[in-house]
Amino acid sequence: MTMDTPATGNTRASKASQGNLIASVGRTDDFELTDEERSEIEHEMGHYENPRAASIGALKIVQKRRGWISDGAVIAISDVLGIPSSDIEGVATFYSLIFRQPVGRHVILVCDSSSCFLTGHDELRDAISSELGINLGQTTGDDRFTMLPVCCLGACDRGPALMINEDLHGPVEPGDVSALLERYS
Amino acid sequence: MTSHLFSTSTNGETHPLTWRLREDRGYVDLAEFQQKDGYEAVRITLRDLSPDDLIENMKTANLRGRGGGGFSAGVKWSLTARGDDHPRGYIVCNADEMEPGTFKDRMLMEEIPHLLIEGMILAGYANNARMGYIFLRGEYVLAAERIERALSEAREAGILGSKVCGSDFDFDIFLHTGAGRYICGEETALINSLEGRRANPRSKPPFPGQSGAWGKPTVVNNVETLCNVPAIALHGGEWYQALSGGRSDDGGTKIFGVSGRVKRPGLVELPMGVTGAELLDMAGGMRDGLELKTWLPGGGSTGFLLPEHLELPLEFGAIGKAGSRLGTGLMTVVAHNQSVVSLTRNLEEFFARESCGWCTPCRDGLPWSVKLLRAIERGEGEDGDIDMLISLAHDIGPGKTFCAHAPGAAMPLETAIKHFRHEFEAGIRHPAREAHAEPIPVGSV
Repeated sequence: MTMDTPATGNTRASKASQGNLIASVGRTDDFELTDEERSEIEHEMGHYENPRAASIGALKIVQKRRGWISDGAVIAISDVLGIPSSDIEGVATFYSLIFRQPVGRHVILVCDSSSCFLTGHDELRDAISSELGINLGQTTGDDRFTMLPVCCLGACDRGPALMINEDLHGPVEPGDVSALLERYS
Repeated sequence: MTSHLFSTSTNGETHPLTWRLREDRGYVDLAEFQQKDGYEAVRITLRDLSPDDLIENMKTANLRGRGGGGFSAGVKWSLTARGDDHPRGYIVCNADEMEPGTFKDRMLMEEIPHLLIEGMILAGYANNARMGYIFLRGEYVLAAERIERALSEAREAGILGSKVCGSDFDFDIFLHTGAGRYICGEETALINSLEGRRANPRSKPPFPGQSGAWGKPTVVNNVETLCNVPAIALHGGEWYQALSGGRSDDGGTKIFGVSGRVKRPGLVELPMGVTGAELLDMAGGMRDGLELKTWLPGGGSTGFLLPEHLELPLEFGAIGKAGSRLGTGLMTVVAHNQSVVSLTRNLEEFFARESCGWCTPCRDGLPWSVKLLRAIERGEGEDGDIDMLISLAHDIGPGKTFCAHAPGAAMPLETAIKHFRHEFEAGIRHPAREAHAEPIPVGSV
């Protein structure tokens, strides 16, 4: 008995210090996966030979609800998949549709590939810029829109094309921009 | 929003890819697909043919990879490690359509995903795969919806899962959606991405057929390539090869298309060997007041061709001899008033941004080319810049990097300079000329 008490105490102390250590490297937003997120990620893991393969899917599952991937989300996902958080970070920063910083409620992906370039991408991008007062890679002050460039959207017959969230639009003339954006509040 | 089709046919013997499309261009569900001979090829093949028979058929068909590489699908399959000494591997459908100017796989997946599923089952049978993955780019939202719907219809009907169509063959397919990045379309980068890693291409050998996803034999084929397999299995390789009879040695038909400033951009299924002139004609020609200056035959990583090349058959050999590549076979046409320097800058910006950054020539060479092109575009190029661009294009060419990303970027750059050098020269600042920018009054010297 007398031997056990300090041992238990030590264990508690070391757990607490581990917690502090993690907080110091980024778990500052008290991030926790919801049960729903966790079960979707676990379901995803079952489709592949090992859990690592679900890393992109897991990031998408979390981002779908939260809008972006915080440091806490990276660590939480790495815990579920059982792989280092640095690997999740490597994946999260590689793929253009995973956002490591907050984005607006609506994300505009403007296709800048050759067919859209030939049919008026620059004018379209400039029209959005002046309508919203942001450049590519920026978010409006009211967090309503983020504008990003995207690879060929496979809508070359409808250039210039863009996507807002999951909606594809094209051709979009500069004069159409204002009315189109109105549809996303 | 469906893509415009220049012409349609309901004849399965001449239009194996598109004859089943609906007039309203909606989703072809399982019942309708089966009414139109759908999954017949799977039923007959699993009953009567060995995997080797099917591979022989594919080789005879001379179906060349429709994702842009042009490698014979039959030969690729014949190189897959199969047999008792090897584990069962994977069929991976490359549905990461992102090549600038390419919009054909989207139509196939949105309108007739059962055709792709049927092709994948056959590919799985031929290559002893235990499972298939469709690697779909994340932005193709409607295609994802339609594929999931088709997969569950097929599973419910016993076409996927254990004992496919009552045979001894087990096979299922899972839809994997990506999160952006063009490089995922490179087959070994795609495998890394499927495994949940950064999409850096792998050094080859080993080729995926030996060691691919999770170290197992893996066959990666493009959507359109796989969609051709059912008809080849049903009607035979000789029939398929003869579809392009007289026009090209490359077998079969292909989804061709036109985009750019033409009157009616769109798609069409035609035999290999159709000419660019015929396609441009089907697209209604250039918009009023515009003339054709140059064109890319099959995406951003193919070389520029001139109006005189419009008479060439669109097939891998002839377009290759003209100094370009057939690529995906979807033409991008460029009007007379478009600066080739600006368009080349746009293409190289794309390739520089999309480089995965693994190999130095690609990671460093492409941004350098963009810097030079931007200067030339502004009229601030320096003497020697054009030669530097040519030397860069050479130094990022074939054999210098793991994958074909940088060589793909080199091709439009080299051919733009070859055909339109005068436009590049016009962007070079000539200090000597500027010193005499003001006309020298006659008689004052």
